[in-house]
Amino acid sequence: MATRRSTTVHLWELAWILPSFAIPVGMLAALAVTAFGAGINLVGDQGRIDPTKVAEHSLFKEPGVVQIAPGQYEVRLTAQIWTFAPNEIRVPAGSTVHFWATSKDVVHGLLVPRHNINVMVLPGQISHAQARFDTPGEYPIICHEYCGIAHHTMAGKIIVEPRP
Amino acid sequence: MTATERRLAAANLIVALVALFGGVTTGLFQALEYAGLEVYPSLAPVVRSHYHSLSIHGVLNALVWTTFFICGFLPFVLSRSLGVPLASAGLGWLTFWIMTAGLALASIPLVGNAATVMFTFYPPLKAHWAFYIGLTLVVAGTWLVTWNLALTWRAWRTRNPAVRTPLPAFMSLVTFVMWTIASLGLAAEMLFMIIPWSVGLLSGTDALLARTLFWFTGHPIVYFWLLPAYVSWYTLVPRQAGGKLFSDPMARTSFILFLILSTPIGIHHQYADPGIHQGWKLLHALLTFAVFFPSLLTFFNVVASLETGGRARGGTGWVAWFGKLPWGDPSLAAQVLAMVLFAFGGIGGLVNASFNVNMVVHNTAYIVGHLHLTVGTAVTLTFMGITYWLVPHLAGRPLWSSRLALGQVWLWFAGMMIFSPSLHELGLRGMPRRTMIGHISYMQPDWKSLLPLVGIGGALLFVSALLYFLNMVLTVTASRRSEQPALEFAEALSGADQSPAFLDRWRPWLALAVILIAVAYGPTLVRLAATTPFISPGFRVW
Repeated sequence: MATRRSTTVHLWELAWILPSFAIPVGMLAALAVTAFGAGINLVGDQGRIDPTKVAEHSLFKEPGVVQIAPGQYEVRLTAQIWTFAPNEIRVPAGSTVHFWATSKDVVHGLLVPRHNINVMVLPGQISHAQARFDTPGEYPIICHEYCGIAHHTMAGKIIVEPRP
Repeated sequence: MTATERRLAAANLIVALVALFGGVTTGLFQALEYAGLEVYPSLAPVVRSHYHSLSIHGVLNALVWTTFFICGFLPFVLSRSLGVPLASAGLGWLTFWIMTAGLALASIPLVGNAATVMFTFYPPLKAHWAFYIGLTLVVAGTWLVTWNLALTWRAWRTRNPAVRTPLPAFMSLVTFVMWTIASLGLAAEMLFMIIPWSVGLLSGTDALLARTLFWFTGHPIVYFWLLPAYVSWYTLVPRQAGGKLFSDPMARTSFILFLILSTPIGIHHQYADPGIHQGWKLLHALLTFAVFFPSLLTFFNVVASLETGGRARGGTGWVAWFGKLPWGDPSLAAQVLAMVLFAFGGIGGLVNASFNVNMVVHNTAYIVGHLHLTVGTAVTLTFMGITYWLVPHLAGRPLWSSRLALGQVWLWFAGMMIFSPSLHELGLRGMPRRTMIGHISYMQPDWKSLLPLVGIGGALLFVSALLYFLNMVLTVTASRRSEQPALEFAEALSGADQSPAFLDRWRPWLALAVILIAVAYGPTLVRLAATTPFISPGFRVW
């Protein structure tokens, strides 16, 4: 009886430990597939920039929207207390928008809900994020890091226009 | 155990509870603001802004309440578990006063709106130097606690060379050793970057290097908060439930894994940061999933221990035994409810850790919802549950009202069941965290309907906290003095004698921890330290 009991306990433990390995491993595999198979990437190292001389950098000389190819737009964005420049972006539906962003002062954030645009904007660093906008409408661009007393006013918008 | 350990524990608890009071009060203001109630004008000039209130809330609750509670509770547990007094009572008191002086120093600018930089104080936001020096003194104090615990354990070890370290003492020591290693990042950020910059010795700073050093400590700090709750769940709760700890060796294994894996995972807080290569982020994701394993072991072991209690009290079935736990004991009820909500906190944490999936939730209200399940409930409700026996024990007076305590515990649970899911959902709908939501210009229609729930949940939590403080104050002042039961740890079904000797060794595990940190952080930290120019000027913009 005593032997049987200890075996049972051992099996219970094993029945827990094996899934405890398998669940995280399975989730990691799923992550790897989406990251490297589907190409849903995180921001990486894009090089430094002098936060006191942002306007002298080739990317941020003239913040704005540039069409780089058919259906491909590049947004050169600077963040500063408490605005984005540009703060209104217009693209036709179906466009892929590449954001390049940096901060001129404190830490800011760049969030476009439901579009996989969620990146920190740090002074001294260049951030990159990209997303496709298929549905016409107006989407907020939100600073999602506390950046001072008027942080909640720091926002812009993306206006996705119907294709003519 | 002498009177010193009791007095030290009591002194730390007093500071912790005062901090918690300030933290929950400011928390209420934020919850009401989310719900659209304008509270700040009537609070001027004490509370100057939403962000002032939020900074006080974060610092007092996340940093002060937790740290002081832990520095009171774990030395008490270690001393009782080994059956010896602390190695140095003098060092114990010196530590307490250094930490308290540090807290007082940091509080001046914090309360005076000169440190409205949140509890993460990311530069180039620049607070008054007293804030940084004060917090650094608190951290230095925790190192002295580690030192005192290590001296106590070594003195015990020389007299007991062949015995396994009792589990509560082992866990307490692991917690402080892990924290001491982990806090080196924060110490480096403070000593080499922020403090020299805040007093004018350095003209500039750098956001990325500061964030990287901060998160070196910023993730393991959650294990520093959580492991003391685990100490209670493993070594005290099984007895309170009328049962035994399921497995002592399994408990040791999980704590050794926490010692090794808590630190080399901090970059999972920086998935959205530019300037760190994606490969390092992926490695930290992998190691974060690895640290999920000891949490699953803990879940199994603690629930199995509860089950022995439920069955010993006549419970049957697969899950029906759960109802047979002694739910009338507020200390047990608090901790079991904390475990229930922590299960959801743990699952939500996996989402945060999931590399690119994190983009859906990073810096949104989802994170706030998560943090209130983990530090706000798993840790806080457990610590409250602990004080329901610890304060009567220290004061030599019974708890003023067990029924009031039970009501408080369930009210916290109910409030959190409203508060946290609402914030999770708001985050999924794209609402940012740390933002004065009542005043944003970009309000989305699908946020509006949920915001009142944040206010209601927050208000319930605040009322629950008030009932808690009322009970604590009345216990110490109005309860009649009487002999209180001594602290007894749970026995184990599979005990320390079945624990292999290598689980009681330190060097191999410490070596492994250091190696993993060097691999996961070394290249990034060396590159950043070698190439970072300190050229970002500071800003005081609140």
